[in-house]
Amino acid sequence: MRKLRVVIAKPGLDGHDRGAKVIARALRDAGMEVIYTGLRQTPEMIAAAALQEDADVIGLSILSGAHNHIAPRLMELLKQKGLDDVLVVIGGIIPDVDIPKLKEIGVKGIFLPGTPMQEIIEFINTNARARSEV
Amino acid sequence: MKAVAETEKQRWERETLEPTLKKSPERAQSFTTISGRPIERLYTSEDLDGLDYKRDLANPGEFPYTRGIHPTGYRGKLWTMRQFAGFGTPEETNQRYKTLLKAGGTGLSVAFDLPTLMGRDPDHELSLGEVGKCGVNITSLADMETLFEGIPLGGITTSMTINSPAAMIFAMYLVVAETQGADWKTLSGTIQNDILKEFIAQKEYIFPPRPSMRIITDIFGFCASQVPKWNTISVSGYHIREAGSTALQELAFTLRDGVEYVQWGVDAGLDVDDFVPRISFFFNAHSDFFEEIAKYRAARKIWAHVMRDRFGAKRDRSWKLRFHSQTAGVSLTAQQPYNNVVRTALQALSAVLGGTNSLHTNSLDEALALPTAEAATLALRTQQIIAHESGVTNVADPLGGSYFVEKLTREMEDGALAYFDQIDRMGGMVEAIERGFPQKEIAESAYRFQQAVERKDKVIVGVNDFVQEDEPPIEILYIDESAAEKQLARLDRLRQTRDNGAVARSLDRLRAVAKTTDNLMPPILDAVRAYATIGEMCDALRDVWGEYEETPII
Repeated sequence: MRKLRVVIAKPGLDGHDRGAKVIARALRDAGMEVIYTGLRQTPEMIAAAALQEDADVIGLSILSGAHNHIAPRLMELLKQKGLDDVLVVIGGIIPDVDIPKLKEIGVKGIFLPGTPMQEIIEFINTNARARSEV
Repeated sequence: MKAVAETEKQRWERETLEPTLKKSPERAQSFTTISGRPIERLYTSEDLDGLDYKRDLANPGEFPYTRGIHPTGYRGKLWTMRQFAGFGTPEETNQRYKTLLKAGGTGLSVAFDLPTLMGRDPDHELSLGEVGKCGVNITSLADMETLFEGIPLGGITTSMTINSPAAMIFAMYLVVAETQGADWKTLSGTIQNDILKEFIAQKEYIFPPRPSMRIITDIFGFCASQVPKWNTISVSGYHIREAGSTALQELAFTLRDGVEYVQWGVDAGLDVDDFVPRISFFFNAHSDFFEEIAKYRAARKIWAHVMRDRFGAKRDRSWKLRFHSQTAGVSLTAQQPYNNVVRTALQALSAVLGGTNSLHTNSLDEALALPTAEAATLALRTQQIIAHESGVTNVADPLGGSYFVEKLTREMEDGALAYFDQIDRMGGMVEAIERGFPQKEIAESAYRFQQAVERKDKVIVGVNDFVQEDEPPIEILYIDESAAEKQLARLDRLRQTRDNGAVARSLDRLRAVAKTTDNLMPPILDAVRAYATIGEMCDALRDVWGEYEETPII
């Protein structure tokens, strides 16, 4: 079985990348193949990276409050590219009221501040499947 | 036979400690600070061997200022209670400022949104969803006029957290002050203007390091003659710490950034004593109480020596390190948010005991959203209680002479100087950043801390221990899209009503000056007066210098 391939992306203008980098490293240490896009990614860039990297999982780190714009756009683009089976998760500061909307458009996991890394690793291992096996 | 040189501490360990440890061992094998620094169980005078009171500490107000820069501590003047605030439109933030000033705040501190910080107009594709979210949106002089409507800038001090586009935002402030009739010569406040820590930690950079440093030295030069009381830079460790550094790394990288700015100023032909007195610092007030206090005390001592001995500064104002501090945002938890009030109070107390000159206390809801007005008021009250009820302000440097604090202060100083050597050997901080040195050090510390939390080596109350299920949600400030809509409409209107020919000419001149070594402030002021937008001005400079892109390090 090939390793899960995870694209960790930091969309929007925010540069606070501590969370993105820590989780990227934790997933790598947990045996996944991690591609970190770096900062200031548009939904178009993230979808393109997912396609190019043959990603099984996309992890977005968003702290700035821009999730209501970025997530719907990304989900739409993934659908267009036939990548709707990619597991999308978000970590960051997401107000409670926004969570149902994000789940509705297909974001499977939303991890708020203080979530143990182990919980995220287990969630991904349980919910993602290597695309080549699908 | 009796051992010849048993010290008092060794005798105590043998006679008193060991029998106790046999009966009741300690809770852990080792004890460390939040930064992982090992801490002994007891410090005594034996730990301070070689410490010379006058040379290493000195009374407050005297070199090297370990015990403070004011001879009277806080008995003369309390620290400035400066609450960082900004959200949505300039109108909304203007209202919040008036509330804070009415509640007894003694200075303003502007939080800008991400488009402003990144030099993008609200209609740029990357501004999507970001307008007014993390701070107030300021696109042009028109917004700045609204932001300070009814607040006389001659009578208050304002701190502005702005870095890459600092020159543009500062120019807008100067023009508003001028319109209100305030004299630039008496105008006081601070712009953060610290680009090095953006490359290192916060990542809100626009231009490459070298032209970015040139803007900063231009601001130093401009202010020395035109706005002499303005604090031209706030060299910031806050963001370095938030990005995951240890207390020592925060101290070392921040002060070494300070050295870099001074060196660039000197290389640009400025006299140290003309611009260094206007350099101030900004530290994080984190959770490890004594380590933080030691950090502030060591900072003052190191800076005094560096300015006198490395740069030959002659004025005592150049030797005195003044600093703002802010409690640690990263320590706030979304879980059981009321616990954050207690964390913030302790952190604020450490900053006060360390002699902070100005302080921001975070609000209890900031792990969830920007603060509500009630939460922001409670945060300010926390400072007022420390200032007026705790009694800690009655005496200068209350912890001076504590064996533990003095030993930690010395360790922090030694550790920071070792980092200085390492960075000097690389050729300076710009070179160290270009090879990713501080970035790697910080990422490593951040990951190590996260692992310690996962293992519960470090307990975070309410997060990895003392967890409570089914917490009731608290009221938060929800920022909707109306700010973006209003700012977009306003920008539209501006582009229709201003003299677009004058704007274009001012931007051409800005491009032309950027290609020379002339000071950039005059053409920026002209562009601001013509109501050029922040995006347009930054684009003009992007045309000349390009944009910086980092190689991500994980």
